[in-house]
Amino acid sequence: MRNVKSDTSKPRILMVDDEVAILRFLRVALGNGEFSLHEAENGHSALAAAAATRPDLILLDLGLPDLDGVEVIKRIREWSQVPIIVLSVRDGEDDKVGALDAGADDYLIKPFGVGELQARIRAAMRRSLQQAPEPVFHCQELEVDLPRRRVTLSGEEVQLTPTEYELLRLLVSHAGRVLTHGQILKQIWGGAYLDQQNVLRVTVSNLRQKIEPDPARPKYLVTEVGVGYRLKCD
Amino acid sequence: MRTDEDARPSPETLLRVAQAEEAEQHCAKLKIFLGYAAGVGKTYAMLEAARQRQGDGRDVVVGYVESHGRSETDQLLEGLEVVPKAEIEYMGVLLPEMDIDAVLSRKPELALVDELAHSNAPGSRHEKRWQDVEELLSAGIDVYTTVNIQHFESLNDIVAQITGVIVRETVPDSLLDQAVEIRLVDIPPEDLLQRLKEGKVYIPEKAARATEKFFKPGNLMALRELSLRRAAARVDDQMRAYMESRSIPGPWPVADRLLVCVSGSPYSERLLRTTRRLADEGKAPWHTVYVETPGGSKHARENRARVWKDLRLAESLGAQVATLTGTSVADALVDYAVRNNVTKIVVGKPAKARWREFLRPPLVDQVIRLSGTIDVHVVSIAASEPEVPKAAVARQKPGVPTWPGYLKSFLLVLLTSLACEPARLYLAPTNLVMMYLLAVVLAAIRLGRRESICTAFLSVLAFDFFFVPPRFTFAVTDTEYFITFAALLTVGVVISTLVSQAKERAEAIREREVQTASLYYLTRDLAVASDLATILYALVKNIEESLGAQLVVLLPEGERLSVAAGSTGLSLDVKESAVADWAFRNHTAAGRGTDTLVSAGLLYLPLQTSGDVLGVVGVKLKADTEFASPLSRRLLQAFATQVALAIERVQFAKQAEQAQILQARETLERALLNSISHDLRTPLVSITGALGALRDKNNELFEDARDDLLDAAWEEAGRLNRFVGNLLDMTRLESGALKIKQTPCDVQDLVGCALAALEPQLRERTIEVEVPAALPLVRMDMVLMTQVLVNLVDNAVKYSPRDSPVLVSAVVADATLLLTVADRGPGVPESELSHIFDKFYRVPVPEGAGGTGLGLSICKGIVAAHGGEIVAANRAGGGLRVKISLPIKPEER
Repeated sequence: MRNVKSDTSKPRILMVDDEVAILRFLRVALGNGEFSLHEAENGHSALAAAAATRPDLILLDLGLPDLDGVEVIKRIREWSQVPIIVLSVRDGEDDKVGALDAGADDYLIKPFGVGELQARIRAAMRRSLQQAPEPVFHCQELEVDLPRRRVTLSGEEVQLTPTEYELLRLLVSHAGRVLTHGQILKQIWGGAYLDQQNVLRVTVSNLRQKIEPDPARPKYLVTEVGVGYRLKCD
Repeated sequence: MRTDEDARPSPETLLRVAQAEEAEQHCAKLKIFLGYAAGVGKTYAMLEAARQRQGDGRDVVVGYVESHGRSETDQLLEGLEVVPKAEIEYMGVLLPEMDIDAVLSRKPELALVDELAHSNAPGSRHEKRWQDVEELLSAGIDVYTTVNIQHFESLNDIVAQITGVIVRETVPDSLLDQAVEIRLVDIPPEDLLQRLKEGKVYIPEKAARATEKFFKPGNLMALRELSLRRAAARVDDQMRAYMESRSIPGPWPVADRLLVCVSGSPYSERLLRTTRRLADEGKAPWHTVYVETPGGSKHARENRARVWKDLRLAESLGAQVATLTGTSVADALVDYAVRNNVTKIVVGKPAKARWREFLRPPLVDQVIRLSGTIDVHVVSIAASEPEVPKAAVARQKPGVPTWPGYLKSFLLVLLTSLACEPARLYLAPTNLVMMYLLAVVLAAIRLGRRESICTAFLSVLAFDFFFVPPRFTFAVTDTEYFITFAALLTVGVVISTLVSQAKERAEAIREREVQTASLYYLTRDLAVASDLATILYALVKNIEESLGAQLVVLLPEGERLSVAAGSTGLSLDVKESAVADWAFRNHTAAGRGTDTLVSAGLLYLPLQTSGDVLGVVGVKLKADTEFASPLSRRLLQAFATQVALAIERVQFAKQAEQAQILQARETLERALLNSISHDLRTPLVSITGALGALRDKNNELFEDARDDLLDAAWEEAGRLNRFVGNLLDMTRLESGALKIKQTPCDVQDLVGCALAALEPQLRERTIEVEVPAALPLVRMDMVLMTQVLVNLVDNAVKYSPRDSPVLVSAVVADATLLLTVADRGPGVPESELSHIFDKFYRVPVPEGAGGTGLGLSICKGIVAAHGGEIVAANRAGGGLRVKISLPIKPEER
């Protein structure tokens, strides 16, 4: 574990990956002075570093040599709610869903670009760094007024069913971050509906018809194939 | 004076020598300590030699040595490792025998086995100790053994002549010939007698009487000479071989070939031994034949068992054995001799009474007359043996009383007489005789030989009594009638014989035909069998039908044999399995009817081809006598060979198939490697080139140029990433690791995801999406189908001009989802349309849009895994349309 910069005013990010090349890339990508960076190369040292430095965000590679990534997440979640973004490879949908269900907040598929990385980091940190969420959510033409339960698209009000609104509210509260099918179903429909993905899909489809300019190519309510959905706003 | 060329040994000789040398290196060596009588000191000499070997450092073990309490022998045994004897229980007595399994598992370099000719106790694996020694030798263990001259098979009768004692325990000459060295242990007969007096010679209790006869000075001298001569002949052999291999000229004997015939008579044994000696003297190969004649002397037929024994004896004496069929023994014999280039036929001097020669000339004369240029060697075989072995001759077929037959013939004559009575008035007596003749013919056809001869006899009597004046007396007035009587009797007998011969011939032919037919059926069944189960079924069925036997087939499974097929109701216990195992490991028949493990319930034949032993078949014949019958054995052997060949064929076919699969896989892997190496390198060229140029500080680049390089590198990196993804998908598809996870999917969502994944490529292109919002949810694997659409849209974009639109549409009809991706590019030539989904297929495109050739085959694999179809066609107006149809299964509620 190496401390690159130790500065208590900047948000601290802990980067965990056993590949030296990737750590180097992350260092460069995030080393613009905005963050204070720490590194770990395996699961056990990650746990130790997390306890020692109390980071504000953890970037965690799923393919660690000593401990299963999901195991690391579980252990951290036992005592901390720090945002965790997992780095995984393509075709590992089950792994991603497993990590998200264990408590990770988002994921990135390798290889990823710097822009994508930074967007996800910002989204993940928004929750932890901000104390009070904004009452009104803005995203391009879409506006969601949470206290008044009012949704407008380019100023025009959109009529949503209660389930559709709940879905949108959930996504807004996790804006920028992915939610798995399971998490959404559990939150909105309850534990008994965990297998009823068709219900979710139909609701998503209906919602898209109402809020997306081109429902066939959604720009807000984006599908994360095999994992879940994300409300994208950048 | 021989020229140089002549002086070189002939190729055949060299081959023989080379083979013998090779055999010597691989086979274990047998050394025999030969003596001319018990007590000359063979065991002592053997132990001495063994101790020397032990001193030289070889691993020596005592297999079986009986010291009989002699202290000198005991002394030599000290210091040698002794394998404990096995105790075989027989009739309540424990008999010590060599524990062959213990020796085999101990696996020494050299084993000592005393008394080669000993017969093992019943219940041992082999009948004779020399068979145990054979097994040790084939396991690679050298053996020292002792034997007396009288135990040589070929000398058995001479010894009997000399000593007046018949030695029953014999060792086949083939084993003795195999010995690499015969060491003669010799002491003068006077010394031997002295030792006998001193009680230093071991004589078993029951042999005391025979020993008195045996140990006469005259006998001992003759035996000694015999053994000396035999040992010398052995040396002579080796010297001759040596001379031949180095082509040293010497007096070579003329190449003879001998032939002798066995008939099952008690004299055949002597004849065989004599022929062996003649063959030895002339260094000639010799043949033994048995001629099966239909209706040949009943004597021979009943002595089948003896014939079988004689043939085996001939084999063990080193003859080539054959069985012939024919109507005349002499004809068949001479025919065989001519065909096999026999130079001398050996026949025994006739022993039958002179008068019988009138009816049928003796074999010798027939052979002499027919032999032409072949020499005939007439040998005296008159019995001078004090004890003629009485073989159990079956007097008549068991359970068939002849009384009903004779009664029938009496009735027949009676009937005929009654029939003739009314005719008497109209016909002359000579014509009435014809009626009786008819009766005799009827009896010959219907009843049998003896009965018809009886009928002939009774007919004469009846004719005399009823129809020859004076009637009702046996007196005869006209002496002419004696001629009639004689003629009637003779004709009667001749006809009976002829008819019964004809019947028996027909019977023999029928039997043979049945055999041939059964073999034909088996071969026919095997020819069409293409897998193991069918072959085994064919074997079981055919043997059950043709022999009426039960059988079981064992095939090796790993280390052990296990039952692969068999008749219902036949199961093997542990003992039987052990016998089968033995037959398998030693490549020899075992069990009932053989020499080995005779107490088994079944006969076990190994299924072997020239290459290997493939299994064992165990047969349980109906009658106990059939086990040793040469007919059944021949048939079973033929069956076993055919089946072994069929099994081998199936195995070869399977191997060929696997080799083909392996080759196909290797070809694919090679193609994959080629593709990978090319397609991995190409993007890297741009990437490294661009990065290299950017790193180069000496090279000043304009902004535009820098941006171009970076864009190029970025695009190529993307391409490389996609290619790696394709490769992974391909390997997963090929290895069958692709698992479809089907969930209800929104088709609009699917298209949206695919297009989103291709965003950079689609930036400047027009994509028309026709997906109605109200499509039902369709069960599919979302991840994989997204991949399919990505590949198809990517292709459409790559192969069509920049300004042309790409169309993606979805429609549901007839419980099928139809997804279509169409472009306005150049399309694909009609002939290639079916090939574009093949692996590594690339449409030859002038600009070389580049691609792995894997994309479409991946699509096909994924669609196929969903149970759907993918089809490509050219569009009217130009361009390619790819259509995917997925079946929609009814939703589960």
